[in-house]
Amino acid sequence: MTIDQLTVFVENGPGRLLEITETLSKAGIDLRALSIADTAEFGIARIITSDHQRAVSLLREAGFAVSTTKVLAIGLDDEPGALVKVLRILADESINIEYLYAFITRQKRQAYVVFRVENNDAASAALAKHGVTVVGVADIDGA
Amino acid sequence: MSYFQPEIECASRETMRALQSERLRKIVRHAYDNVPFYRESMGKKGLTPDDIQSVDDLPKLPFVSKDDLREAYPYGLLAVPRSQVVRIQSTSGTTGKRVVGFYTQEDIDHWDECCARAIVAAGGSKEDVVHVSYGYGLFTGGPGLNGGSHKLGSMTLPMSSGNSDRQIQFMCDLGSTILCCTPSYAAYLAETIISGGMRDKIALKAGIFGAEAWSEEMRRDIEAKLGIKAYDIYGLTELSGPGVSFECSEQTGMHVNEDCYITEIIDPKTGEVLPEGSKGELVFTAIAKYGFPMIRYRTRDISVLRRQPCSCGRTFLKIGRLMGRTDDMLIIRGVNVFPSQIETVLLQEGCSPNYQIIVGRVNHTDTFEIKVELTPEMVADTVKEIEKRENDLVEAMRSMLGISPKITLVAHRSIARSEGKAVRVIDNRKI
Repeated sequence: MTIDQLTVFVENGPGRLLEITETLSKAGIDLRALSIADTAEFGIARIITSDHQRAVSLLREAGFAVSTTKVLAIGLDDEPGALVKVLRILADESINIEYLYAFITRQKRQAYVVFRVENNDAASAALAKHGVTVVGVADIDGA
Repeated sequence: MSYFQPEIECASRETMRALQSERLRKIVRHAYDNVPFYRESMGKKGLTPDDIQSVDDLPKLPFVSKDDLREAYPYGLLAVPRSQVVRIQSTSGTTGKRVVGFYTQEDIDHWDECCARAIVAAGGSKEDVVHVSYGYGLFTGGPGLNGGSHKLGSMTLPMSSGNSDRQIQFMCDLGSTILCCTPSYAAYLAETIISGGMRDKIALKAGIFGAEAWSEEMRRDIEAKLGIKAYDIYGLTELSGPGVSFECSEQTGMHVNEDCYITEIIDPKTGEVLPEGSKGELVFTAIAKYGFPMIRYRTRDISVLRRQPCSCGRTFLKIGRLMGRTDDMLIIRGVNVFPSQIETVLLQEGCSPNYQIIVGRVNHTDTFEIKVELTPEMVADTVKEIEKRENDLVEAMRSMLGISPKITLVAHRSIARSEGKAVRVIDNRKI
């Protein structure tokens, strides 16, 4: 199971991120998670939304260069050491993490971690072998 | 006053005209007999070599454009058997559309003489150490000044471009007296010499700087920083290379080597020949070049011709400082760059052809940036992939153009468009 992540190229400059989020909010699309990678010249916004397909077409219409990236997400107990365990599994299986971002939820006392790895199937299998299951966008939605 | 060939450089107008007419008759016959392109283009105007008897008949002949040269690539304009060619030089250009020049030994001898005259006009002699920091290779800058210095009998340092620390080291250790390079590189070296506290250790007295446009302010700045006299030099690969014209001690325009080149100034729109003193497009006829004859070549360079007595004693007419181009060619760090070349690379690399070239000048050195719009296919979610894309583009551009731009990827549809047409070139240089 993978999750569709929006990837949007953002030039550095005031208001650029605002345009993206405004486009989505006007259409009533919720942001589930957002992370930005920044360099001196540009940023890459990685966004998980409540309605991926619609978000892609809206942003394209608004003139943004958008692509879709398949990422993995897992749910963790919100307590010290939970992430360590998962990272150790991936390290032991020689799975390289390109990037990750995490967020916690108030209701479930849970944290979600989104991973970008080279091979989603291999990473899912490695995690499953150690009893960690990946979740779908609906699980995050219910957070 | 000293000259390399006073009998030519200070010849009377009548002597020079007679020599030009004789050489023109010979080169027109040679081109007509050996190059189908010239036979056809003259034929279309109903001309045969017999119609060209003197310099006055020159305007009857058709022009040659850069496109004609590209069409003729590679051997189309070669006018001698290959066994007589001893050298090839080339401009950078769109793949398969470069301009290639062929030189016989005699052509090289004339070219070397033209450059030797330029070195002498800058105060050079056999006693000098001529430090050539133009690039060597297909580019004509290095080989041209190298040949001139060699011909003159000066000690020639074939440094080529780059590695500034080594340039300065040699300059100090070997006592270089004349520096030949692009003005922007001279300015860069001057800054480096001063910041390194080496100003007292160099023995430079003159510089011969060409292959790109530069202002009078830049000249004065380089002269003050290095304690030298800085001279302009002009040329094109199509016409051999540097040394078509050169400055003398008066520094008020460049003397054309009239025994090798006949100069005309035309209205770029109508092709009509304009009187001396008018501003227009420079057209040259190479009358002492047999491998690759160039008859009425349109340079696209805008300037003014002046024929008046010069305090240096030379009788060669002068062309003024270059005032621009009639096409979209840019000269960046001494290298000719056409926007179409950039477009070609972008399309080859699977990029959007929406781009913008931004040229500037910082500390006398040209800056060269290309903004490229990202297409949705190019959007990657990791920084390293986007940076790899940028690096690949820099490498592909360097390979095509011979110089490296800074590539900046910008958002989709973000490049300013005016009346639906993107603004392709922003040149912020004040020249």
